[in-house]
Amino acid sequence: MATQYETSASKSGANTIRATRDARTTIYKRPRPGESAIQGFLIFCGLLSVFTTLGIVYVLGSEALLFFSTGAVDLVEFFTAPRWQPQSGEFGIMPLVSATLMTTLFAMLVAIPLGLGAAIYLAEYAPERTRATLKPILEILAGIPTVVYGYFALTFMTPLLRAIFGQNTVSIYNVASAGLVMGIMILPTIASMSEDALSAVPRNLREASYGLGATKIETILKVVLPAALSGVIAAFIVGISRAVGETMIVALAAGAGPCILYGANSNCFQSFGAAETMTGHIVRISGGDLSYNSIDYNSLFAIGLTLFVFTLILNLISRYITNRFREVYQ
Amino acid sequence: MATVIDGEPEIKTFMPDEAAFKRGLAGRKTRGLVWQIFFIASIVIALLALAALFLNVVNSSFGLVASTFEIDPDEVVEGGDLQAASAEQLAAAIVRIRPNPSKVLVRDNLSSVPTNEFTTRPLSDVLSGHTIPPGIESKTINELTPEELGAVLAANLSTDTMLTYVSADIVGEDVLETYPLFDSLFNRGAIEAEVIEEFGGEAENVEVYFRSWLRPSFIVTKQSSDPIATGISTALLGTLWIVTITVLIAFPIGVGAAIYLEEYSVSKNPWAERFARVIETNIRNLAGVPSIIYGLLGLAIFVRALSAITSGAFLGLDGNGRTILSASLTMALLVLPVIIINAQEAIRAVPSSIREASYGLGATRWQTIWKQVIPAAMPGILTGTILGMSRAIGETAPLVVIGASTAIFTDPNGPFSSFTALPIQIYQWTARPQPEFRAVAAAAIIVLLVLLLLLNATAIFLRQYFRRQLQG
Repeated sequence: MATQYETSASKSGANTIRATRDARTTIYKRPRPGESAIQGFLIFCGLLSVFTTLGIVYVLGSEALLFFSTGAVDLVEFFTAPRWQPQSGEFGIMPLVSATLMTTLFAMLVAIPLGLGAAIYLAEYAPERTRATLKPILEILAGIPTVVYGYFALTFMTPLLRAIFGQNTVSIYNVASAGLVMGIMILPTIASMSEDALSAVPRNLREASYGLGATKIETILKVVLPAALSGVIAAFIVGISRAVGETMIVALAAGAGPCILYGANSNCFQSFGAAETMTGHIVRISGGDLSYNSIDYNSLFAIGLTLFVFTLILNLISRYITNRFREVYQ
Repeated sequence: MATVIDGEPEIKTFMPDEAAFKRGLAGRKTRGLVWQIFFIASIVIALLALAALFLNVVNSSFGLVASTFEIDPDEVVEGGDLQAASAEQLAAAIVRIRPNPSKVLVRDNLSSVPTNEFTTRPLSDVLSGHTIPPGIESKTINELTPEELGAVLAANLSTDTMLTYVSADIVGEDVLETYPLFDSLFNRGAIEAEVIEEFGGEAENVEVYFRSWLRPSFIVTKQSSDPIATGISTALLGTLWIVTITVLIAFPIGVGAAIYLEEYSVSKNPWAERFARVIETNIRNLAGVPSIIYGLLGLAIFVRALSAITSGAFLGLDGNGRTILSASLTMALLVLPVIIINAQEAIRAVPSSIREASYGLGATRWQTIWKQVIPAAMPGILTGTILGMSRAIGETAPLVVIGASTAIFTDPNGPFSSFTALPIQIYQWTARPQPEFRAVAAAAIIVLLVLLLLLNATAIFLRQYFRRQLQG
């Protein structure tokens, strides 16, 4: 800028040039402490999220370390013991994990086929007006607080299951009811993410397929869906991660008291029996009066750490798939 | 595919003959139809689930109940509708049915003299500072006629106080059974017959009546352990306090972070850019962390480590760290990713021509951001903020973990109050086995959903308003 100015003005007297240039430079370089202060504040805002992550890792890690350093349990026992019974000093996390996996499995049985089905309908079949009505309705479903779904599971789904399969087969608190309702809760997430992925597949791929004589369904299943697969799978994984971390539905409908993984009275894999998930256990224990530095208090953080690692891995896989396998169409 | 046999070119195709093709085509079309039916069925199931969810809530929050009464409400006020009774009617009923306890009510609520002088000193002393109906200033409390005592009560006690007293101590309603709305509407005869058979009907002082659990008094009454008399004002105020403070904390920080990531991260320094990408990845990961983990974070940091601040101890208040402030700080961390991601998108959508025009007029970077970029991005930023608020209103797990007390019977009055919140109350009531608590939970769910609806309607309104402002 300055050089340009110099050349254009070089015919005038040297003094005038210097004077004008000095004036420009002073304006340009005027210190603005306010601007720097604001920038500092904005950087702090951005950093706060990093501090949050560090805080989570530190809190979960340090409390979990305290838990393991009490000597009540070692890592091997933590991952292999068949029971979680703090009263008798047994801390095996696998019963809680298995209950979490059971509810997640039920949730995915509902959410994956129905979510993908709804997404395909919205992206491929629905006329524009139907789509414009249905999408906000699905968003309502996604915006309902989870405690309301918990109420729904306990007062609607459980009685329904008991009416279908018999009062003796289905206990009042059961994994299936919590899992199925969780599936309904996650359905809109999967539907919406998959629909985005399907809609991003360019039109000419579909038209090429029609041109080769494929029917609509053949085009969808053999051309569109494979092209959108990375987005769809990322949606599934986000759904699984939400199911693993979901709390209120399982706290209300899945029952209290961890199951026994193996041994004489093992009862972890009963769809219609009660089982306590990781999240359900944290809520139940912390809901009571909990004294700090007790082994119960520390054990919550060990469970929390396991849960955090689970969901973090799932989210990282989902992001990796989206970034690595995304087909970029022009 | 062409192959050459004996020098003669022969076209070999895999096309089936016409009849087979038509048969095959019919099959392919049927397969398509079956799939299409499945796709439509999945969306129909989703819609049915939504309908079932709403109907299930409505079904439980209204309906017939069978109750016993110590004293029939008909005898208390004309028509038996306590909710609609005026202060005078309630006061008259209290004096008529409970002559002596009504004086105790005056003593406990209004008297300004020592207990032992209560019956001997004139009302002008006893009730000093309160309204005294004319002509009775020199009488003692025992010399009052029932009408005059009723007038004293009606003039000084609120309708709510008297209503609570009447329903708890006089009527003494005890719910034996509740019936859902649809049964109540279509099967009333059968229900009444069942009640007579099971509980004895009128003879045993059992009455069947239609009760709406969601009623005005439910919203303004404090929480109580009696399902008939309980209300949600305590929980509702708790929720409003939490959401307000959460937004006050999360909005500036969230928007600030978004501005930094969108406006300041592009720089000649590669480290600055890398740093911004780290923050951004981190925010995306935080958005996927289960809410209960934030609860554990809040429990360890805000409730425990910072309890000197969050309990208000530095202001001389006592109590523990399980306060509204702790809850709001936890919620703020929880909703930050939502606010940041939405604000980033809104800021990114502002065309760079606006920025360049502003720089061209000599504005500095911050002036450009403050005067041009933020106003243009405001609709999107507000939508994101309201999404975050909706999340803060509905989240239950973190609040339970940081230890919201549920047995709280006084309304919160500041950031350092211990609290309960609407979703926690819904959770607690739903978890109880008694059906009347389920009905109360359903009524509270309706309030929660209406609150969310209002919030989202505000979001749409604000978005339209700002858009018009920008265009005008």
